[in-house]
Amino acid sequence: MKILLSLFLTFAKIGAFTFGGGYAMLALMKEELVERKKWCTEEELLDYFALSQCTPGVIAVNCATFVGRQVKGILGGAFATIGVITPSFCIILLIASFLKNFADYPITQHIFGGIRVIVAVLVVNAVIKMGKSAVKDKICLAVAIISCVLSFIFNLSPIWFVLAGAALGLLTKREKKGGDAA
Amino acid sequence: MIYLQLFFEFFKTGLFAIGGGLATIPFLNEIAVRTGWFTPEFLGDMIAVAESTPGPIGVNVATYAGFTTAGFFGALLATFGLVLPSYIIILIVGTMLEKFRKNPIVDKAFYGIRPAVVGMIASVALGLIGSALANVDFSSVKEFFLGIDWRCAVMFVAFLFATNKWKKLHPIVFIVIAGALGALLKL
Repeated sequence: MKILLSLFLTFAKIGAFTFGGGYAMLALMKEELVERKKWCTEEELLDYFALSQCTPGVIAVNCATFVGRQVKGILGGAFATIGVITPSFCIILLIASFLKNFADYPITQHIFGGIRVIVAVLVVNAVIKMGKSAVKDKICLAVAIISCVLSFIFNLSPIWFVLAGAALGLLTKREKKGGDAA
Repeated sequence: MIYLQLFFEFFKTGLFAIGGGLATIPFLNEIAVRTGWFTPEFLGDMIAVAESTPGPIGVNVATYAGFTTAGFFGALLATFGLVLPSYIIILIVGTMLEKFRKNPIVDKAFYGIRPAVVGMIASVALGLIGSALANVDFSSVKEFFLGIDWRCAVMFVAFLFATNKWKKLHPIVFIVIAGALGALLKL
């Protein structure tokens, strides 16, 4: 029971402070799930993230289900999922009831002008940190750079990148597991 | 039966929108045109609201649309409908992943997938920097440098330094500080 409550609260915290969609959430998830709670490793989180982009639904919700399920099965998945959507559900209800022009208030726009900056910083930090664990050799580095450039220039679905990455991973001959530390 | 209809429409969206919250928008647009629950223009407002509140955009839009169409229970059912398909699918995928993670083929595939995902996130980071510093899509370098708000640029560098210097501080602390600074500086 305690672990279920902890799942709910942790994901509610993540949901309450995620601005700008699923990618921004990754930075917070890494902090909470990998560094603090140690519910999954950085690599597992990246795998969940990759799969969340190729499966239907909202990325953040998919990640929450993945992690919750790993920690405490079906119920864990449910508590994490409900946790991650509860804050936005409540906030949107408030806005829809009382503050219909919420997004047009100058103060809202100023606050979000500031938040956009920190979100960019947090995502940059996450990229650097996750890059270190995902990029194990020159081939990985090339894959990362090519995928960055391609997805920046072309508006392609993430599915193609995940499929191409998987194909490359399967085709590449790499040295035995010992290289993992590098 | 508006509740069932709301549930069903958002269930469909949750089942077929692959690639995150923004992928739900074409589906929502189609719902708007077909059911008349809300207008496509209203959808634009909803996206603005969803973008300036925390949480996944898809969930925000479902809650908002459900509430304006059929009140609290409408919001509940629309949100529930949106989330349910992915919940079930992820439970299945997660179980399979656990079983096959040690499999050398799966391991090799993820060896290639991980850097590809990092690359994609890096490109999102570039876009976020563009909209945070210059309010542009980063489509042209010249436009970016002309449009740069130097206060934001200074904040960006300062936060980049601060978040790496005081790693123990929770990111939420920095988010609150950044929001307060935004209000003070009228960014």
